[in-house]
Amino acid sequence: MSGLSAIAKLRYAPAIVGIAALALALLVMEFLIRVDVLNRFIIPMPTQIFEAFERVIVEEDVPARFLLTTREAATAMALLTVTGVAIGALLHRVTILRLACETWIAAFASAPIVLMYPLFLVIFGRNSTTIIMMGFIAGLPPVILKTIEGLASTRRVLIDVGRSFNLTQRQLFWKILFPAALPTIFVGLRLGLIFALINIVGVEFLINFGGLGQLINDLAERYDLAGTYAAIVFVILVSVLFFALTERVERWLRPAD
Amino acid sequence: MVVASTARTDLSLQAKNADGILVVDDIVKQFPTPEGIITAVDHISFAVAPGEFFSVIGPSGCGKSTLFNVIGGLLDGYDGRVTVAGDIVRGPHASIGMVFQEESTFPWRTVSENVAFPLEIAGMSKRVRLDRARHFISLVGLDGFENRYPAELSGGMRQRVSMARTLASEPKILLMDEPFAALDEQTRLLLGDKVLQIQQQLKQTMLLITHNITEAVQLSDRILVMTYRPGKIKRVVDIDLPRPRTSEIVGSDAFGHYVAQIWSDLREEASRGLRDDESRTLHAGARR
Ligand SMILES: Nc1ncnc2c1ncn2[C@@H]1O[C@H](COP(=O)(O)OP(=O)(O)O)[C@@H](O)[C@H]1O
Ligand SMILES: [Mg+2]
Repeated sequence: MSGLSAIAKLRYAPAIVGIAALALALLVMEFLIRVDVLNRFIIPMPTQIFEAFERVIVEEDVPARFLLTTREAATAMALLTVTGVAIGALLHRVTILRLACETWIAAFASAPIVLMYPLFLVIFGRNSTTIIMMGFIAGLPPVILKTIEGLASTRRVLIDVGRSFNLTQRQLFWKILFPAALPTIFVGLRLGLIFALINIVGVEFLINFGGLGQLINDLAERYDLAGTYAAIVFVILVSVLFFALTERVERWLRPAD
Repeated sequence: MVVASTARTDLSLQAKNADGILVVDDIVKQFPTPEGIITAVDHISFAVAPGEFFSVIGPSGCGKSTLFNVIGGLLDGYDGRVTVAGDIVRGPHASIGMVFQEESTFPWRTVSENVAFPLEIAGMSKRVRLDRARHFISLVGLDGFENRYPAELSGGMRQRVSMARTLASEPKILLMDEPFAALDEQTRLLLGDKVLQIQQQLKQTMLLITHNITEAVQLSDRILVMTYRPGKIKRVVDIDLPRPRTSEIVGSDAFGHYVAQIWSDLREEASRGLRDDESRTLHAGARR
């Protein structure tokens, strides 16, 4: 047996290979910058970014910023889940509404919503509410669309089983349609999370208020490139945190998959 | 002795007078389609006695599932009448339990939770319903699989879960639409034994819809043979084989005799269905 196939059998093999690939990519970057193929004044060396971590954490108050951005993202996600799934369920139920709205919701999903930030500033002021609302609005279309898709693709026979047991409309929704749609709804939630986080950090950056986005703005303006990239790593960390959370919740709701 | 009847008037009379627990009276169901109106079920009447095993057999596309959905109350807009224990069926009826042709277990529920589903809807407490579910799981021979998910089971096991789930609602009549059609022949014969056992144990009235002659003869007291387009009654055959039965009966002469007789009836209908299918495919091809 070859060494590679032995490694593939290990439980943590995918994680190990993933980390190894990332390390390799960083090494290649480091090398290309050191031999001046890439410009070191535009792209900092990975080793410099590593060195910047401690400085950024200590001097720039990263823990508090990390918490603020996480809290904004969590609030936006909670709003997204409740509102998005509810609107999706409503549109699935009322055919005329769905036919009327589905197309422009899809169009809205691809609009650069982040550019609407001045409007939100006027409505909510320069504060966390603006940031949360922008994230919420940006993440809404995929959650709505995927909820509709999941509910609509429930297998006919499962609905017939429900009907044959004389379920009420409410029971039919909560006992059959909703659990059947859950995997697709979670795809929508993860897409919504991506959209929301991009907008949250983007608006923090643009309006220079709170959180990691503002820090990235600050460091970039000070031309602290290594620090900027280190701060970006923390944004990725927020994203990873929420992905892990959605996976947890999904496994809890649908343990079989 | 083979008793067969072709006269329809005779059958309607029987339906009206019978002490049938299920009476299907002169059902006509049509579907409008772009090619015109299809008469899927055409003046079908029969009555099923309590404890009887009644089968409807016919080539695919003849209207069997349509009849199944009409009796189960899932389809409306038909002529005629279905009564269960004297009650006219107007929508899903508590006395009728349905087992569907397609795989229909809930993948997000364990075997226990699937089987307990109708009890949950009836508002039973968790402890009581899981306890009751265990009884029906054992009845279909799935002891030990209570906490498995459908994805971990074979097709035959999943169909048994569906059957246990329907049995758990304790219907007066169990209605099954080709429940084993997707399974291989050996599995089907063995599951047939299981069904015979269950019927004997529960004295369950059963109505089986199938296109499989062996299965129909193996299980039934009476078999209704349907024609293809429109779906009329071709013949009703009494199966005079001794009970209790097992799949071993498949080898007997009497069994072979019934199979041959029903095949001679079905042959003509099946080949008509096949020709129809082929010409449709041809037309569809020409249009493209
Ligand atoms: N909802 C429907 N709309 C139009 N035609 C239908 C519909 N359901 C069934 N049919 C037609 O009615 C006929 C009988 O169908 P079905 O009852 O499913 O047959 P079987 O179960 O015997 O294979 C078929 O020709 C089918 O195309
Ligand atoms: Mg069918």
